[in-house]
Amino acid sequence: MSVNTHELVERQAQAASDRATSWRNTVMDGLFRNLTRLFALLVLCLLAAIFVSLVIGGWTAIEKFGPRFLVTEEWNPVTEDFGALVPIYGTLVTSLIALLIALPVSFGIALFLTELAPTWLRRPLGMAIELLAAIPSIIYGMWGLFVFAPVFQRYAEPAIKATLGNLPGVGALFSGPPMGIGMLTAGIILGIMVIPFIAAVMRDVFELAPPMLKESAHALGATTWEVVWKVVLPYTKIGVVGGVMLGLGRALGETMAVTFVIGNAHELSLSLLAPGNSIASALANEFTEAVGDIYASALIELGLILFLITSIVLALSKLLLARLAKREGTQT
Amino acid sequence: MPLTPKTTTPKISVRNLNFYYGEFHALKNISLDVPEHRVTAFIGPSGCGKSTLLRTFNRMYDLYPKQRAEGSIEMDGENLLTTKQDISLLRSKIGMVFQKPTPFPMSIYDNIAFGVRLFEKLNRAEMEERVEWALHKAALWDEVKDKLDQSGLSLSGGQQQRLCIARGVAVKPEVLLLDEPTSALDPISTAKIEELVAELKSDYTIVIVTHNMQQAARVSDYTAFMYLGELMEFGDTDTIFTNPAQKHTEDYITGRYG
Amino acid sequence: MSYAKTAENPIYRRRRRTNVLMLSLSSGTVVFGLFWLAWILIVLLMEGTDSLRPALFSESTPPPGAAGGLANAIVGSLLMVGFGTLIGTPVGIFAGTYLAEYGKTSVLARATRFINDVLLSAPSIVIGLFIYAVYVAKVKHFSGWAGSLALAIIVVPVVVRTTDDMLRLVPNSLREAAVALGCPQWKMITAICYRAARAGIGTGVLLAIARISGETAPLLFTALNNQFFSTDMNQPMANLPVVIFQFAMSPYDEWHRLAWGGAALITLSVLGLNILARTLLARKT
Repeated sequence: MSVNTHELVERQAQAASDRATSWRNTVMDGLFRNLTRLFALLVLCLLAAIFVSLVIGGWTAIEKFGPRFLVTEEWNPVTEDFGALVPIYGTLVTSLIALLIALPVSFGIALFLTELAPTWLRRPLGMAIELLAAIPSIIYGMWGLFVFAPVFQRYAEPAIKATLGNLPGVGALFSGPPMGIGMLTAGIILGIMVIPFIAAVMRDVFELAPPMLKESAHALGATTWEVVWKVVLPYTKIGVVGGVMLGLGRALGETMAVTFVIGNAHELSLSLLAPGNSIASALANEFTEAVGDIYASALIELGLILFLITSIVLALSKLLLARLAKREGTQT
Repeated sequence: MPLTPKTTTPKISVRNLNFYYGEFHALKNISLDVPEHRVTAFIGPSGCGKSTLLRTFNRMYDLYPKQRAEGSIEMDGENLLTTKQDISLLRSKIGMVFQKPTPFPMSIYDNIAFGVRLFEKLNRAEMEERVEWALHKAALWDEVKDKLDQSGLSLSGGQQQRLCIARGVAVKPEVLLLDEPTSALDPISTAKIEELVAELKSDYTIVIVTHNMQQAARVSDYTAFMYLGELMEFGDTDTIFTNPAQKHTEDYITGRYG
Repeated sequence: MSYAKTAENPIYRRRRRTNVLMLSLSSGTVVFGLFWLAWILIVLLMEGTDSLRPALFSESTPPPGAAGGLANAIVGSLLMVGFGTLIGTPVGIFAGTYLAEYGKTSVLARATRFINDVLLSAPSIVIGLFIYAVYVAKVKHFSGWAGSLALAIIVVPVVVRTTDDMLRLVPNSLREAAVALGCPQWKMITAICYRAARAGIGTGVLLAIARISGETAPLLFTALNNQFFSTDMNQPMANLPVVIFQFAMSPYDEWHRLAWGGAALITLSVLGLNILARTLLARKT
């Protein structure tokens, strides 16, 4: 027995353990990689899974009513006759009102945050605006129902009726008794809720405009407003549209705030002051009380329609924002 | 003592100019006269303050809250640095072209009309005439006359830069500031811009910042050499390049540092 | 018409007026935005502090007309938000890790990112419907687990997005240094990259918790509600948002007061979490 054999044995043991470590690492690498990929695939399939489950859940209604579902006003749980026209209309109208309010306000906020606010104020102010998005939607709903709607009914609606209501043509949009709750109220509250989303995107894309481009407009004697309106906005318009789509997607699917203040009436009325219904609020109000397969199925089909619309709008938003980012990437 | 070339009328007179980026003292007590209808070049190693000096002439630094200038810059006897000075008006009299072409996201025609519309109300025919005139001035007319409604971004880099010169010329300024206008261009486009500078100086007072000494020697009548925020030497381009008074200047132009 | 470039130039005067007007309007929009934030917060503080008594935390939801608290709803919310986070976070971190470390710009990764961004803003009520269809309808009863699952699905895209973003911010030199030491990739990711991106991912998880704490819509068809104190995740479970919804919509004064108390409680915690997350992130970057 020499020292050499001892060393040899030790070296062999070392080599074996090295091989074991290396083998273990290869296995672990493969495991970890595939584990993460599995979860990524899970996320990828989630959207399709939601879609498929809603199609299956709503199949009874899809089969029974066909495409007529989209244009039928009737919503009668007793006769089990259902149509989605009223909630679709309410969803679109309230979201449109929301955009009309949120668009100019968000633009103004983004302009202020990128061009006017002193540097030290930008972060806290941006954060305060973003907090508007953090307030849970049920809080907007409660505040809307108990605080905003009465004030709106007492002061704003009579004023609106006395002015806009008397205009020929658009007057019909502002007719009927002032009730505080209704599509206009829901639209206004939705507008406040989507302001932070649109403003944040606008601010981010405005910051993408190259300083030199802005300087060259200033160098010709343009004012700050002209630089933003005529140079920065055209330069970033794809991204701005993307931000608006994001806000629209949010507004379309917003549930609780709308449920509190829209009035939940299955009636189609031209007046924005009248109560209406949206897809999300119909679901929130009726789903747990829906008796019978057809009723539940019709509600799930409503959910499917909402999911389709918002997914398309959000997908468009992402595509537009990606295009702007790509253009930025190739230019610099 | 301000450095003044003899036998010329000064267009812009800089006196005791100090400039700060926050705490950083970027320009130290600069005094010089920019002669009218001549080309003046600012040269010096990067960070010497040549672009900073140029950007004080149209108060571009005003866009950034932490930057400030002290001293005086007079144009036609009026101090540009006072708070009374209307900056938009000032900038309409002093055009600027940047390191990279910056066409606005609009048509070639509108790129040029943009600045004109800020101070003048021209009818269709007058505006067309003005656009054509500016594009001729920038030696771009023949290349773009058939596609005035196309986006300014569709042009090549050299064409874009000439479009920016046309845009600056269209508002009929008195002074043109060129901030390294050829640094992003190929040699052929660079040569075209340099030719253009030589032609434009009969109508405008031109100040050009360049890191390319040959360019300064080729296009300018007067050259200022700057180093670490100070104006080291200012005079005839020929004198500066053939017989510099200072060791620093000589070292720089002979390529000992840069 | 051509005018001199002076302060009297009529075109310039009009432009200057427009500029002042528009910039004032822009400042006005900021005030407009902050006005609603202030109004909502003030109302919550005034209406809510009244109800924020010890009984709110110690007693369960009362029948109409009686006094009580929100203890069952608070515990239910904590349980479901807790389990929702525990289920959703690992899924999100693993999927985000794949995107940032393995997939990068591959078709699979880009598609996943795209889908994830759509999910991020998908209507939460539809998520509730989904869990109803695949889980509640199958087991035939509402439950705390169903609620947690719905919340987990909302957590996932938020965590995927931040994990992906934060891991991609980790400099490659750090990865190369680890690999150069002979460190296998899985160890490099778990020991080095996660550590470097820890603050960012943590912020994402905090924001996700904040978001699901106030979510009502996905719980309506999953956890439903329970007027009794229960920690059985297999039973319908009380939770703050749904209780607030039910009580606020009711005609009873005492229920309204409890709803305001719950609203103040939720908002304060959610805003607190948000501010905490954002300041943590701001300090880090």
